[in-house]
Amino acid sequence: MGFEKFLFYIFAAITVFAAGMVVTRRNPVHSVLYLVLAFVSSAALWILIEAEFLGIVLVLVYVGAVMVLFLFVVMMLDIDIASIRAQFIRNLPLGLFVAGVMVLNMLLILGPSNFGLEQFAKPDPRPAGYSNTAELGLDLYTTYLYQFEIAAVILLVAIIAAIRLTLRRRPETKYQDPSQQVRVRKGPSRVRLISMPPERTPRPVPVAPAPAATNDNKETAE
Amino acid sequence: MIALSDYLLLGAVLFSISVAGIFLNRKNVITLLMCIELMLLAVNMNFVAFSHFLGDASGQIFVFFILTVAAAEAAIGLAILVVLFRNRGTINVADLDMLKG
Repeated sequence: MGFEKFLFYIFAAITVFAAGMVVTRRNPVHSVLYLVLAFVSSAALWILIEAEFLGIVLVLVYVGAVMVLFLFVVMMLDIDIASIRAQFIRNLPLGLFVAGVMVLNMLLILGPSNFGLEQFAKPDPRPAGYSNTAELGLDLYTTYLYQFEIAAVILLVAIIAAIRLTLRRRPETKYQDPSQQVRVRKGPSRVRLISMPPERTPRPVPVAPAPAATNDNKETAE
Repeated sequence: MIALSDYLLLGAVLFSISVAGIFLNRKNVITLLMCIELMLLAVNMNFVAFSHFLGDASGQIFVFFILTVAAAEAAIGLAILVVLFRNRGTINVADLDMLKG
């Protein structure tokens, strides 16, 4: 067993453990944190088979943005965990049964007899100057250019949808309407002239001298 | 040496765990969303493994697109969740019966 295989088993064990914790933890915040662990360890697994760019993207985009968004929402919502967990035990046997059958099926098909090293040999290591990012970029901007633009549009739609869905206009909030402001003209819509009787200025009240203060001043002067 | 079957089996185990998670946490929408993310991770694992062992970079491009779509899905799903919570005060799936379906 080489060092690579050892690393693979370590990271795979961490990933499976974290995934199990994600689905069984009682507290959603813990679930999100374990999901972060699963993503980080699978990024390490991807880097192990020379998918460096995707490994970094997984950490930066997924852990850095999407999981933080999850965490933000989980912490913002006030969830009643107890009522949600009521059905957990009842569904446990069914879930374990389905998952076990799926693992067994895939074990039979995807095992080393069909996809082992004899059938798919380890490819030769890349030359020293090889850049995974450059290769992906070349493919992405030539062969998959239209798909790339569609992905950009999907992200734009996601931005607009998320903002539109969560935008809330409170009636008590005061705000400016720029289109109304721009449309204003000179004249009656802007300035209103009112005729009213002239105001009289009130008489100034005579200020009474303060003798105490003046006495004090004289004393200090003397 | 790492074989292709190791990565495929890891992906299978991850996928099965997330399927079991969907069964277990049927009432909690947030955990359901997290299970879907985990499923996408398992699928991506298969894509990356095949891309490496077949020497074709297209698999990694597909992972790139899956990540994009998953990010969009997470953003919209969480936005819907926030609106739901604001309107109903709960995210329990059993209480979401406004459509009377």
